[in-house]
Amino acid sequence: MDTQAIARIIDKYHGEPSSLIQVLLEIQADCHWLPGEALELVAERLRVPMSRIRHIATFYKAFSLVPKGRHEVHVCMGTACHVRGAPRILERLTDLTGLQPGETDLELKVTLETVNCLGCCALGPVMVVNGKTHGKLSPAAAADVMKTYE
Amino acid sequence: MSRVEQRLTSRDALEQAIRTAASRRDPKKRTISTCGGTGCLACEATDVITAFRDELEKQGLTAEVEFRSTGCHGFCEKGPIVVVDPEETCYLQVTPKDVPEIVSQTIRAGKVIDRLLYVDPLTGAKSVRESDIPFYKNQKRIVFGPNRKIDPQRIEDYLAIGGYRALAKALFDLSPDEIVAEVKASKLRGRGGAGFPTGVKWEFTQKAPGDTKYLVVNCDEGDPGAYMDRSLMEGNPHSVIEGVLIGAVAVGSHEGYVYVRQEYPLAVKNLGIAIEQAEELGLLGKDILGSGFEFHLKVHRGAGAFVCGEETALLMSLEGRPGEPRPRPPYPAVRGLWGKPTNINNVETWANVPLIINEGSAAFASIGTETSKGTKIFSLVGKIANTGLVEVPMGIPLRDVIFKIGGGIPGGRKFKAMQTGGPSGGCLPEALLDLPVGFDELTKVGSMMGSGGMIVMDDATCMVDVARYFVDFLTEESCGKCVPCREGLRQMHRILTRITQGKGRQDDLAALEQLSETAVEASLCALGKTAPNPFLSTLRYFRDEYEAHINEKRCPALSCKALISYYIDPARCRACMICLKKCPTQAIDGGKKRIHVIDQAKCTNCGTCLEVCPAKFDAVRKLSGVPVPPPPPDDQRTIAGKANEP
Repeated sequence: MDTQAIARIIDKYHGEPSSLIQVLLEIQADCHWLPGEALELVAERLRVPMSRIRHIATFYKAFSLVPKGRHEVHVCMGTACHVRGAPRILERLTDLTGLQPGETDLELKVTLETVNCLGCCALGPVMVVNGKTHGKLSPAAAADVMKTYE
Repeated sequence: MSRVEQRLTSRDALEQAIRTAASRRDPKKRTISTCGGTGCLACEATDVITAFRDELEKQGLTAEVEFRSTGCHGFCEKGPIVVVDPEETCYLQVTPKDVPEIVSQTIRAGKVIDRLLYVDPLTGAKSVRESDIPFYKNQKRIVFGPNRKIDPQRIEDYLAIGGYRALAKALFDLSPDEIVAEVKASKLRGRGGAGFPTGVKWEFTQKAPGDTKYLVVNCDEGDPGAYMDRSLMEGNPHSVIEGVLIGAVAVGSHEGYVYVRQEYPLAVKNLGIAIEQAEELGLLGKDILGSGFEFHLKVHRGAGAFVCGEETALLMSLEGRPGEPRPRPPYPAVRGLWGKPTNINNVETWANVPLIINEGSAAFASIGTETSKGTKIFSLVGKIANTGLVEVPMGIPLRDVIFKIGGGIPGGRKFKAMQTGGPSGGCLPEALLDLPVGFDELTKVGSMMGSGGMIVMDDATCMVDVARYFVDFLTEESCGKCVPCREGLRQMHRILTRITQGKGRQDDLAALEQLSETAVEASLCALGKTAPNPFLSTLRYFRDEYEAHINEKRCPALSCKALISYYIDPARCRACMICLKKCPTQAIDGGKKRIHVIDQAKCTNCGTCLEVCPAKFDAVRKLSGVPVPPPPPDDQRTIAGKANEP
């Protein structure tokens, strides 16, 4: 991400220090993570200390301080999915990818994440890969879905 | 559809706009409403919507037929949902392939397509009209019902059903005190969890000294399994905006914020469009409807922290800081956002306000129980036949919600418990199903209303594991500020995990109770204070399950992985080799015509064999608390005759 794009985001919020979270959310949406240089620029332009930016970036789950993989996998661990067998789906995926939730493989292919509810409980257990919802999963079906992503 | 474009500068202009919008809606005109809520979109409703637009174009029907992509209809189990008015023909689980047929058969020829109708699983009877389907028939949809009648991205649709009339009433007929009195008289209580009387909260903010006051909409719906706020915000954002405007007039506020989770992109989008359209029409901004009243509403996206649903944490987050709660008092009504008096209400609470102003507090208060008035939207999920959002009058027995509306438990299993109130709520057993739904009624039995999640659990759900799940969730979500919550929950989680692994100790339950007591007494915010509820309520109603785990190392629900074993019943196995091939650890020994046996030393209890075993054989069993029977002797493992066939 170039500095101009970040500057544009900051300008959109009139450089208000209270818009810190909104600015970081937009950077995260564009880059899929928060690169260090971007944070330095935000600190300077919003006049917010780096300590607070890092506090925010680690407090809220939407932010990542490391790059994400090309395919983002979100396994729903909401209550409805839990009682319908979500833990077994996750277990199969961690076996398959060798990743723990929150981790990305070295080739930056896959990031495995858990979410607390995707709000489409009728489809549970559910996972979302790159924005596409896969519902009524069994562990085997989840593994099959993963095989379709290269 | 032509838009209302002119700024509405008076009440008369609003009335005129409402009349125009309503008159454009010929009740006899064929109208197709397709659910475009997040649940249906996940089942490819987008393709259905596109298919309808294309097909209507192709058949030259765009002028005669009104097509509407609406918010959530509620019956998520059967999505995507399509309703054809005026007949109210309701089609379920519609695919793009069905669209040409619906257009030519139902729209053109007026015929009902049988296979897309609702079929009662018990009687086999079909329902044509939406309102005949038991799921809808037993609800009272006064807040959520309009979702089906409006396209959330068109303000005209909201005007057509009399939208913003309550705002005009608040601006021109009522004084701020009268509005507060009306909301107080309705006995509306906060729908977000705590159930504090809304009118009283408004009065605090109204009476608080200071010229600058803020209003906040809490749409940080973090409870897993609850999505009613999202669906309201997605499907009918103007009802929330109108509610906030009425609140603004009442408390004398000129600036408000909607705090909405960034995980709800469609809600953020539709809300943004709604605010823009309301601004264009002069329903938000300066000099609203020519009254001189000014109010601005801004959207703030939450960045994913459950604790931000707590009001003081939410305010911190709005100010651009980490969402850590602070002690109350001072309450936000006195010192809230940037130190100014602030009134925070939940989405559903705000959406109830126009209703109260339009219909009057007496009509609103005629619904419900003595202390809980009006209706409540619940998200009915888990092991239930009809997953979806249901709006019911307060006071309805839980049993009716589960069985009459929810259609009972699928798969021939038995009801075990209902979890209400989100992670901080509790689990209620069958014996309490006749309890009327209400704030105090649920609190009395150790659960709570919360924001309205209802998660149904069947006999295959382990209650110790459920408690562990919620405590795990809350441990993750604890902001870490107070020790009893940060450290206490962590210890509770360790102990509960130990119990589900069969390593529970005799004094574990006493230790859990003590940690619970400390967290309840000494935590700052509601997250910590209510965090032990899932444990306490499951212990209260399902103590036998805890004892079975600790004393007998047995999981009665056959759910805890460490306490179960998989076993192939030699009498039922037909040596079909499916499980043998699918087993990820090659733990199954067998062959063609040779009965399969699980090597318990290699088995990781993943359950694949049970999942893949054909239903007609049904040979794989789960065992807990009993030793696995030895495999049959070698000479008895050969199946005579043709394998694969029972």
